[in-house]
Amino acid sequence: MIALPSSEEFHSPGPADFEFPPFVAGITKPMLIVVVGTILVGLFFWAATRRASIVPGKLQFAAEGFYGFVRNSIATDAIGREGIKYVPYLATAFAFLITMNIAGIVPFAQFPASARIAIPLFLALISWVIYNYVGIKRQGFGGYFKNMMFPAGVPAVIYPLLAPIEFLSTVVFRPITLTLRLTFNMFAGHLVLLLCILGGEFLLLHVGGLIGYSAGAVAILFGIVMTFFEGFVQLLQAYVFVLLSAIYIGGALTHDH
Amino acid sequence: MEGSLNMVGYGLAAIGPGVGIGLIFAAYINGVARQPEARSVLQGIAILGFALAEALAIIGIGLAFAL
Repeated sequence: MIALPSSEEFHSPGPADFEFPPFVAGITKPMLIVVVGTILVGLFFWAATRRASIVPGKLQFAAEGFYGFVRNSIATDAIGREGIKYVPYLATAFAFLITMNIAGIVPFAQFPASARIAIPLFLALISWVIYNYVGIKRQGFGGYFKNMMFPAGVPAVIYPLLAPIEFLSTVVFRPITLTLRLTFNMFAGHLVLLLCILGGEFLLLHVGGLIGYSAGAVAILFGIVMTFFEGFVQLLQAYVFVLLSAIYIGGALTHDH
Repeated sequence: MEGSLNMVGYGLAAIGPGVGIGLIFAAYINGVARQPEARSVLQGIAILGFALAEALAIIGIGLAFAL
């Protein structure tokens, strides 16, 4: 290690950076982002469909394009023609998650609210309730678990091994992985951004010298590049969450025989 | 230098999902190169496989911070 000329230590960002002090009366930044984001999504769809016409305006076209994307390339592809029924939930979850995620790179917000585990957890629980409910409704209580744990076309010897794995993966691990995937993608992405920007700032302002300025400039530039990459990851993870929810619903609706 | 050994362990653990995601997208690119019209079908499958393989890395980072 090169000895730092500065007397200050650099404190690398960690999980503590995800705890915000309340502004007033217990209201923290993530709570504010959730509320403002929800209002923005609601306003957008309200304004877009307020004067719905046969020939759509710009706003209506954007909202219809969004809804059509969820209907055609998520619901219909993953569930089939029955998927139309679940588009309202999927589109709502998608719009909400995009807003929560993209808040991570919006100036002044700059925190992905879905990095707090409560938001993905609650959405994952809604998905869990929906796909189990439609599965039990469609195949009956016994039939749902029978088709899940004892799929046809498998040698009977495998069943003692397969049944508990299938049961655990469908009932226990699916909501957990849905939650953790989104939470920790946002968590890790925010941590990388913090590291690049805070590290670059420390190198530029507190270390200085040839090494400090050149390494700091590289760190800040990399932070800018990572910001755009994070934007892409945030959109992709919202898509993945909704796509997996749709696939789980589709899997509960159909079985092989 | 100070830090947690957990992070070294997580770095090692991330090799597995990294290789897995590489294989998934290699297969996806191969498939599209051979049959460009199958792109839309393959894309969903590739993203799904990516999400499942990535879950391992994500669980890893969760445990690295939690334990």
